[in-house]
Amino acid sequence: MEHAVETTLTVNGVQVTRRIAPRVHLVDFLRDELGLTGSHIGCEHGVCGACTVRVNGEIVRGCLMLAVQADGCKVETIEGLSDSKELERLQRAFHEHNALQCGFCTPGMLLAAQDLVRSGAKPTRDEIRAHISGNYCRCTGYQAIVDAIEETINGKG
Amino acid sequence: MKAPAFAYAKARSLAEAFELIERPGARILAGGQSLIPSLNMRLAAPELLVDITGLKDLRSIDLRPGGLRIGALATHAEIEKSDQVAKYAPLLAQAAPHIAHPAIRNRGTLGGSLALADPAAEYPACAVALNATIVLAHRRGERRVPASKFFKALFETDIRPGEIVAGAEFPKVERSVFLELTRRHGDYAIVGLAGVADASGRRIAYFGVGATPVFAENASRAVSLNTALEVLGRDLQPAADLYHSSATKLHLAKVLLSRAWNTLSKPH
Repeated sequence: MEHAVETTLTVNGVQVTRRIAPRVHLVDFLRDELGLTGSHIGCEHGVCGACTVRVNGEIVRGCLMLAVQADGCKVETIEGLSDSKELERLQRAFHEHNALQCGFCTPGMLLAAQDLVRSGAKPTRDEIRAHISGNYCRCTGYQAIVDAIEETINGKG
Repeated sequence: MKAPAFAYAKARSLAEAFELIERPGARILAGGQSLIPSLNMRLAAPELLVDITGLKDLRSIDLRPGGLRIGALATHAEIEKSDQVAKYAPLLAQAAPHIAHPAIRNRGTLGGSLALADPAAEYPACAVALNATIVLAHRRGERRVPASKFFKALFETDIRPGEIVAGAEFPKVERSVFLELTRRHGDYAIVGLAGVADASGRRIAYFGVGATPVFAENASRAVSLNTALEVLGRDLQPAADLYHSSATKLHLAKVLLSRAWNTLSKPH
């Protein structure tokens, strides 16, 4: 019934080709096959946002996309966006504002936040909250996360 | 949890998609934002997923004589940002930000939402309020179904075997209002209202109050808000959910009706 499908995608700038079973979602593929364990798996049904990755420039739920659907796509993860320094300012702000405790949600939170940062918008705190509403943090109470994102975008904390 | 095993085929053309969906146990995969969770939770066990996201013809948003035609594969994010939707079907642009969260709106599609027919979903109620026409493609052409006849029961639609939702047409209206009550942004609606009005009158549809979107016929026809509130109970008999009794839901539906009424009434 299930046949592996040859899939070619670019992950953090590196082209990879693998035969992938259709049932494997993108984050399992990134973690188990490529060893990129920065994208986390929380709920596996699209609620928690821990698996947020960027596909063709847009953030998506990595658990709600099959890895075979990423054929021909450009996938970026927390590893690639940290190495490229794209997230540098946000990461520093998260550090300075103590916007993480256990850190489990942080990779997904940074990707969702960066989506807002690079949109060029000047969001209010409510709009920042709306944009990260699909990313759960069970430690911080969000206040410090919103502070960090606000500082990165508007230059104030 | 992990999805069960299934086969996968990406359709390169509509013709190929028609052939693939006739195979045993086949299901259509579009944005996957409802189907993949149900696979991960093992609530669905298809033998073959037919990925139609490569069919670019089903993605466009064009103005037609009958209104705005939106392709089934237009994503919620595209609908949210489209200038044409904002101008010709603003109800949908108002509804889109209520659907889940940005990362989900980047992949979830109009066609997927209509085809799934979740009773708490936004677009089905918008389609009913707007008198939209659902366009179903099959091997020999297209079949057009009015939204009022498309949603038949809980997660049940008029889609016949061999048909694919190609898109929907939304007539232009003068005024529209979209309201939704949730515990947190992006959650399933407790109660939601999609309402439009033009010279022919008001059309108010509710979601989250029954097995399908419900057209509030009596309230839509009422001459005043007070009458509308009185007769709404004839239109809606909401089933209780885990947190809200039927009476609470009806009360909340009235609250939304009061908030929507002025927008849906002619200026003095």
